[in-house]
Amino acid sequence: MSQASNKVFANGWMFAVYLFLYLPIVTLVVFSFNDSKLVTVWSHASTRWYSALMQDGDLISAVSLSLKIAFLSALMSVFFGTFTAFALHRYSRFRGRTILHSMATTPLVMPDVIVGLSLLLMLVSLQQWLGYPERGLFTILLGHALLGTAYAAVVVTSRLKEMDGRLDEAAMDLGAKPLQVFQLVTLPLLAPALVSAFLLTFTLSFDDVVLSSFLSGPGFNTMPMVIFSRARLGLNPTINAVATVTITIVSIAVIASSFYTSHVERKRKREMALAYSDGNK
Amino acid sequence: MATAPKPQTETKSAEKEVLLRVEGITKIYDGTVKAVDDISLNVMKGEIFGLLGGSGCGKSTLLRMMAGFERPTKGKIYLAGQDITNLPAYQRPINMMFQSYALFPHLTVWENIAFGLKRDHMSKDQIESRVEAMLKLAQLTKYAQRKPHQLSGGQQQRVALARSLAKSPQLLLLDEPLGALDKKLRETTQLELVNIIEEVGVTCVLVTHDQEEAMTMASRIAVMSEGYFQQIGAPDEIYETPNSRSVADFIGNVNMFEGVVTVDEPDHVVVKCDECTHYVGHGITGNLGMAVGVALRPEKITLTKTKPKGEYNWCEGEVVEIVYFGDHTTYHLKTKTGRVIKAQEINNTRDLSCGLTWGDHAYMHWGDLAMIVLTH
Repeated sequence: MSQASNKVFANGWMFAVYLFLYLPIVTLVVFSFNDSKLVTVWSHASTRWYSALMQDGDLISAVSLSLKIAFLSALMSVFFGTFTAFALHRYSRFRGRTILHSMATTPLVMPDVIVGLSLLLMLVSLQQWLGYPERGLFTILLGHALLGTAYAAVVVTSRLKEMDGRLDEAAMDLGAKPLQVFQLVTLPLLAPALVSAFLLTFTLSFDDVVLSSFLSGPGFNTMPMVIFSRARLGLNPTINAVATVTITIVSIAVIASSFYTSHVERKRKREMALAYSDGNK
Repeated sequence: MATAPKPQTETKSAEKEVLLRVEGITKIYDGTVKAVDDISLNVMKGEIFGLLGGSGCGKSTLLRMMAGFERPTKGKIYLAGQDITNLPAYQRPINMMFQSYALFPHLTVWENIAFGLKRDHMSKDQIESRVEAMLKLAQLTKYAQRKPHQLSGGQQQRVALARSLAKSPQLLLLDEPLGALDKKLRETTQLELVNIIEEVGVTCVLVTHDQEEAMTMASRIAVMSEGYFQQIGAPDEIYETPNSRSVADFIGNVNMFEGVVTVDEPDHVVVKCDECTHYVGHGITGNLGMAVGVALRPEKITLTKTKPKGEYNWCEGEVVEIVYFGDHTTYHLKTKTGRVIKAQEINNTRDLSCGLTWGDHAYMHWGDLAMIVLTH
């Protein structure tokens, strides 16, 4: 094959993949501005469903519940995930390390349905014995944090592996007590990983429907649950509107963060080049 | 000259003050691996003490025990008379300059140097003046606000040094201080480092696998192997009078002959080897018929085309390899027994001085005090 036709093929392939990935999303966004009551029939453009969304108390409260849960569970996940990662990374030998290691990562591969079901069974029997916890926000939070901890642990562990262990020793050598070492050296260097772990677990929680369905109680419907149940009754264009809002927010966040990272990287490269060009004066 | 190995304890130097005393220290990993095996050592105040050995010889473990990152399985460490064996690293008045520096990447040069001072609850003014002094000492004043990745290798090395000296430690540990620099930079940096250390007057323990680094920087060197000291001495002592075949072999280049003592007099001995007969101009602690090794450094051999007079201390061979280094040339000569002996000639004229080329027949000869007789 000639180089030109190779390039045509490569571009065509790329286009096909992008089409496959983004056509549904684009369709959704376009139809969110459709005036028609029927989701699949285009009449003319309007923001009718966005105003309907403003009036839709159920959906709004579902979104705010989802955001609340996502935020709190991401915090919990990063907190516990970091400690798990530390235990696994720093202390190479302790009783039950292998078990902790495999247990910490099991939720990654375990089907959500199984995790959700087993959590539900446990919570139900707990409630029978102790009368606590009532199913609702707290139980959903617990489930999401469980899943998120596993993900956060993986992210933080990989960063810890990259980090130079001698930095901790250097800090200690210069008189920092173990807690100060963590606070002054480990934590600042870990910060990027903590942020990405937070974002990852936030999104995981925000779009989870399986665990939430198992663990929620009456009156606690998260956004994906509401969308899911409404979609089963026949699609409503308000769903398109809420989805478009979500997509917009996510896109802005993703684009901003990638701009920021590439900016930091470019700046760093420039500075390094500068340092080497003015040599060893 | 005694060639029997000296007992591996420190020779007493009463006039100097002992700063660091290590007593019978042993480190065993996982219950079986002996990384450091019953080492005792005195480091005098103001000296630069070198720990030299290949990788895995235990030198780094020993250094880490001094710093407080590892606890010895057995033995004690004293600093200025105080037992510090169980003191955690952050309470020891010992600072370390790490291999590849371990500078804090998120802090500026200024903050890196101030890190240790801040832990001591010094006043802001005191910290500032101390950091400024350190920056000046290491010629880093104009880089104070840079981050480590904005510095070249040599500058990073100076930051590491300034940081480890900032707290005025009683003892400075240097872990392969020049390992991360390229060859040209090493030579200048080496001298800079020694000058700064001498200016400050701090006692140092230097760990390195590079004998050149140890030779030029340290006032005394301990050659380490498999967790114990093979020999302790000044650089020239270790080079010219190694106490065993392995030390002779580890430090510098050496031609090793194996032979038997055929004449044993108080003022000279004769050692008969396959290739030649050595006449050694001093007595040895050995007896007649004893199997000994004779170590001969390449630079102590002279090459000629004419046959030397007498029956001792020469050997003939054919030039099989010429390695040109610029300042000197190493000739590899194959003797009639088939072994290759290295001889080094200084290129003190611009044409290759002895005019030998591949395949030439040549004679090597040396003085009767040039070789070292080794019984171990």
